Amino acid sequence: MNASSVHRLPRIPAVPLAILTGALLGALLIFISGHNPASAYWAILVGALAPGNLPDMLNWAVPLVGMTLVAALPLRGGMVNLGGDGQLVIGGLVAALVPLYLPAPGPVAAAAAILAAMLASGLYASLAAWGETRFGVPMLISSLLLSYPAVGIASYIVGFPLRDTTTGLAETVMIPRSARLPMIVEPLNIGLILMAIAAALVVFADRRTVGGYELRMRGLNAHFAAYGGVALDSQTMRIMFISGAIAGLVGAIIVLGSQYRFQDGALVTPSYTWSGLMAALLASGEPVGAIGAGVFFAILQTGGFAMERDTAIPRVLTMVLQAIIILFLAIRHGAGRRAS
Amino acid sequence: MMSFITPSLVNSAVQAMTPILLATLAGVLCGRVGVFNMAMEGQLLVGAFAAVVGSYFLGSAVGGVAAAIVATVVFSLILAYGATVFRGDSVVICIGMNLLASGLTAFLLRQIFGVSGTFDDPRIVGLEKIRIAAINAVPWIGWIFSRQTAITWASWFLVAIITIVMFRTPVGLRLRGVGEDPDAAETMGVDVMRYRIVTVLIAGALTGLGGAQLSLGGVDVFSEDMSGGRGWIAVVAVMLGRNHPLWASLACVLFGASDSLSVRLQGEGLPNQLTDIVPYVVTLAALAISRRRRQKKAVTETITAHA
Repeated sequence: MNASSVHRLPRIPAVPLAILTGALLGALLIFISGHNPASAYWAILVGALAPGNLPDMLNWAVPLVGMTLVAALPLRGGMVNLGGDGQLVIGGLVAALVPLYLPAPGPVAAAAAILAAMLASGLYASLAAWGETRFGVPMLISSLLLSYPAVGIASYIVGFPLRDTTTGLAETVMIPRSARLPMIVEPLNIGLILMAIAAALVVFADRRTVGGYELRMRGLNAHFAAYGGVALDSQTMRIMFISGAIAGLVGAIIVLGSQYRFQDGALVTPSYTWSGLMAALLASGEPVGAIGAGVFFAILQTGGFAMERDTAIPRVLTMVLQAIIILFLAIRHGAGRRAS
Repeated sequence: MMSFITPSLVNSAVQAMTPILLATLAGVLCGRVGVFNMAMEGQLLVGAFAAVVGSYFLGSAVGGVAAAIVATVVFSLILAYGATVFRGDSVVICIGMNLLASGLTAFLLRQIFGVSGTFDDPRIVGLEKIRIAAINAVPWIGWIFSRQTAITWASWFLVAIITIVMFRTPVGLRLRGVGEDPDAAETMGVDVMRYRIVTVLIAGALTGLGGAQLSLGGVDVFSEDMSGGRGWIAVVAVMLGRNHPLWASLACVLFGASDSLSVRLQGEGLPNQLTDIVPYVVTLAALAISRRRRQKKAVTETITAHA
């Protein structure tokens, strides 16, 4: 990916304009299908932001913002990690298994589960980086292709050897109550705090550390970064490890805080990975903007549930809105560049 | 070995391979004019959905195919103009297109037919299978080509046609020139922008055909996200074949073979969760082996140039 072009994506007026375009095209789509756009958008806003619905929205935002960071970090250096689904699933599976087999008190088991999940997913993500640095397989492709085996093998593991045979579904045995993440307000758990810490660390690293500076420099001009002494290959491995580790953290938070077991397909179906990627693209990898975009998409999506309930407009509409916003930005940004 | 490969296995592999082959040809065409296309996943999905809509409302498979082609060409306008006239980043555009296709087809499925998941209706007319008795009797050839749709036949002819046009005609020469050195092509009086736009749209038509085969070529249903990674496999096939239609088609055959291997392993009693990953592991391994010999720098530069 042409790093410099990605980096320059957000012009101040561009993002609001893109959101407005998405909202207008979405309104048109709602109107054509025989509904009232205003009431649909109102349902989205109330459904996500009414005080009673805030905990639900935040609980949806935690994994989405997490996957936004997963995508944003490599993007900051002009790299693309499309393998979030596989990394997320590995993290979730490891987090579901550690408390079952580790004979330790609950909180220790939970902490061990989170760390093990981050390590496993981080290593799996570095495998994609290794594919690029060692074999020259573009990471865009290697990360995506590695997702399929991860999802398939996890699905096999919970479907056969480690399946909870007392239920009819492909899922693991529930983790002990003591190893679950404590609740703040139902359904919001302390995963929110863990994710906030992770987000703060990413922002800090981006702005205040040498590693963050080197990554931004690579995003602006990889040749210049290499000339300035950045070892690109080891940087690729490092960034992908951290990116994958965050995906592992997301998987662990969902499993230990919400679902209490690994359920086949449950981590992939909400497409946190792709929404997160779009949020990261919206801010071209700049962490604070990306986190904001992630929360915005979380509002759209949780509001989508309410819209579907109140107005019978399918909530996949929110996916369409997100895609329109990204496409508008990608194309308009190009138009701006030509003019300049 | 002979007992391992059965005629019906080869036959179903060829049938299953057709959408990937067409998407691969589309990717090759785009790659040749210097537009990195990885939106085939979404293009196939749009084609598959439009084919079912066309077939359902027009009451004919041909109508379905026509609808698929029209819809996918219109959908491809985003890439055709976004990556050329507007100079957008093709990777970002393609990611957006894939998600738009996934969301829009799911949305329209609910709004037009009132169902979610899978749409199955007797009014969807599937493509006819062509039966030629003389060919069916020949071993191998018969296995491959008996009872296939016209689109499958067409896809293999298209491999030949595209190869000939690309390497044996003036149009093909200009087309390659546009990708290899746009400035030189421009100097020679070739309208680079127009070549790119038209090529991306033709590629869109090819993926539309592939999408029609996907939904009307056997199952005669549409399900959400039914392209199921085929477009991504095509992206890999294009890379493996280094934008050469023949080599890329060969990569598709490799994928088809590994796909039948996975079907076969499933027949031996292995769970499908494990056999389903065989094609991805095989393509990844093939990609790693083929890339290993090349200088890494060259690879990174091609990707950067295309993206």
